[in-house]
Amino acid sequence: MASEAATPQAVLPAHKAAVESSSTWRRSDRVGLVVCWLLGLLFCAIAASIVIFMLVQGVKYLRPSLLVTSPSAGFVESQTGGFLDPLIGTVVVALLGMAIALPLGVTIAVWLSEYGRPFSLARAVESMIEMLAGIPDIVLALFGLLLFSSPVLGFLSRTSGHVVYGRSFFAAGAMLSLVALPLIVGSTREGLQAIPTHLREASLAVGKTRFATIRRVLLPSARPSVITGAMLGLGRIIGDTAIIVVLLGATLTLNQAGSAPVLNVLKGTGSTLTSFIYQNAPTGENNQPTKAYAAAFVLLLVVLALNMCVDLIGRRGKVATWSS
Amino acid sequence: MEFLTPPPVRWLEPDVETQDREGLPAGEQLPLPASARQNGNGRPASFVGAPRRRARGSQLAIDRMALEDVSIAYGQKPAVRSVSLPVRQGEVLALIGPSGCGKTTLLRSLNRLTELTRGASLDGRITLDGVDITTIEPTLLRRRVTMVFQQPNPFPMSVFDNIAYVLREMGSRRPRKRALDRPVRDALDRAGLLEEVQGDLGHPALRLSGGQQQRLCIARALAVQPEVLLLDEPCSALDPQSTQVIEDLIVRLRDDVAVVIVTHNLQQAYRIADHVAFMYLGELVEYATVDALFGSPRQQRTKDYVSGAFG
Repeated sequence: MASEAATPQAVLPAHKAAVESSSTWRRSDRVGLVVCWLLGLLFCAIAASIVIFMLVQGVKYLRPSLLVTSPSAGFVESQTGGFLDPLIGTVVVALLGMAIALPLGVTIAVWLSEYGRPFSLARAVESMIEMLAGIPDIVLALFGLLLFSSPVLGFLSRTSGHVVYGRSFFAAGAMLSLVALPLIVGSTREGLQAIPTHLREASLAVGKTRFATIRRVLLPSARPSVITGAMLGLGRIIGDTAIIVVLLGATLTLNQAGSAPVLNVLKGTGSTLTSFIYQNAPTGENNQPTKAYAAAFVLLLVVLALNMCVDLIGRRGKVATWSS
Repeated sequence: MEFLTPPPVRWLEPDVETQDREGLPAGEQLPLPASARQNGNGRPASFVGAPRRRARGSQLAIDRMALEDVSIAYGQKPAVRSVSLPVRQGEVLALIGPSGCGKTTLLRSLNRLTELTRGASLDGRITLDGVDITTIEPTLLRRRVTMVFQQPNPFPMSVFDNIAYVLREMGSRRPRKRALDRPVRDALDRAGLLEEVQGDLGHPALRLSGGQQQRLCIARALAVQPEVLLLDEPCSALDPQSTQVIEDLIVRLRDDVAVVIVTHNLQQAYRIADHVAFMYLGELVEYATVDALFGSPRQQRTKDYVSGAFG
C-alpha cells in the first residue's frame, strides 16, 4: 500500500521529457528511463492488484450484519457470526497502544532533539530506538508474554490461583506501543530538527523559557510530523498480528476478567481484525475464508484511510515555512 | 572631507536621475543627493552618499550597557578579542565589518544568547545599568535586552498570538485575551504594523509579506518594553522598500530604546547609525561617530573597508 505513494516519483522522468526531449540523451540514460517506467508500472500493478482483489473479494462477502454480530463457534458460514468483537478489539488495542506510545514518543523525541545531554546517553537512546524498530514483533510478543506472566504484573491480566495468564488487552497494548514508538520518535524528531535554529533563539531572545519555547513554538510547528508519526504508528498497531495472537489470546469474543466496568475488558482477552483473519483464513483453525475476506476488506479500508490522512497532513504541513 | 570611493551604489533620492549624468561635461563631479548636499555647509557629509534617515543628531544619549574587555571564543577558536564599547540609549550603534569578524557573536553576547552555543566561553564583563549581566537571570535579561534576527521568523500562530505569546507567562498568571488586546496593539503600533494588520489580528503570521513579518518580529521584541534592542542584519532578507520602512522605524525607536544593529550594508549604517564600530578579525578596529568613521577614519583598515578595498 505504501508503494502506491512511491510510484509517482518513479515515473517522474516522464514529466521531464516534456521539457527536454529524452531522444537527445545518451543510450544508457534512455535505457534507465525505460527501466524506471517499467518498475513504476510494475509497482502500480502490484499495489493495485492487491487492493482491487481484496476489494472485490471483500465486497462479495461483506454484509452489514457482519459488523454488528459477535463471532461464534460453528462449521457452516451461517453459524459463525460476524466480527463485532474483533472490531471493538482493534479499536481498544489501537487506543491503548497510542495512549502509551504517543506521549512517550513525543517526549523522547523532544529530549533527543532539544536537550540530548549527556551526549553518550542520547546516542544510547537513539540506538535503542533503532534497535526496537528492528525487533521482529513475534519476538516482542514472546518477551511480552514472559513479562506479563510475572506475578508482579498479575493485576494486568487474568489469574487463577498463582498462575498469571499474561494475556490481556493491557499486555497487547503495551507491547504494540513499542511497535509504534520508533515511528513516532523518528517522525517527531525529524519535524523538530527541520525547524530552523533561529526560531528557537527568537523565542529565547525575548525572554521565554526553554519549556515555553518547546510547548508553544516548537511542538506546534512540528505538529504535522507528530501526527504523521502517530498515523504511521497507528497503522502498524492495527495491522500487527503476531503480538495479538500471542498476547491477546485465542478467544474470538471479548472475554472479560473481573468485575470492574472498563477494567474487566482491558484485563480480559479478545481478538482484533488481524487475529480474526488469521483464525478464519483457509489455513486457520476456523477456516471460514469468506469471513476472512470480509474482515480483510474492512481492515484494508481502515489502513488506506489512515495512509490518506498521512498524505493530506504531510501536504498541508508544507504551506508555511521559514527560510533557514 | 574628500571622496574616498566611487559614487554610491544606490541613489535613493528622486532628484538624481541617471539621464542627468549623461549630459554632464567630462570631468565634472557627479551630483549628490539633496540631503547629503545640505549637510555640513553645502559640502557632502560623506562619500557614502546615502541620505540620512534621521532628521537630527542624538541629543540625550545615556549609557545603558558597557562591554569591558570582552573576549568570546568557540572552543579554542577566538571569535571576539577584548572589545570595549558603550551602548547608549538615544543612539543607534551599528556594528560593521566583513563576514566572520565577530559582529554577530558580539551582538548575541549582549543578551547571553552565546551561551546557547556549545563550547562558547566569554571573558571580560558586560554590564547593563552597571549590573554584570551574568548575575541577571537569562530570561529576565532577555526581556530587557531583546533581539531580532536576520531571517523574519514569526512563530507559526496568528499575528495577535505572536505578540501575546511574548507577553504571556511572564508572571504566574495567564492574562486573558481581552486584557492583552491593548499591549498587543501598542507593540504593533510601535513597529508601524498596526495599520496594516488591525483588521484581522487572527491572520496567520506566516502569511504576511517578508517586510511585514520582520516588523512583526520587531513588534514582538518591543512588546516586553525592552531597554536594549539588538538587530542582526534585520534587512538583509528584505526588499529596498521594506528596508526603508524598517530603517525609519529604527531611527524612531532610538529615543526609547538603545539600538544595536549589525549590518553588512555600509550605506545602511550611514543612514541610520549615530555611532559605528568597525570590527575586523574579532578585533574592534575603530569606534567613532558615523561622520568621523565614514568621513575621516583614523585607521588604515577602516579606510580600506569603508572605501570598498575589501569586504
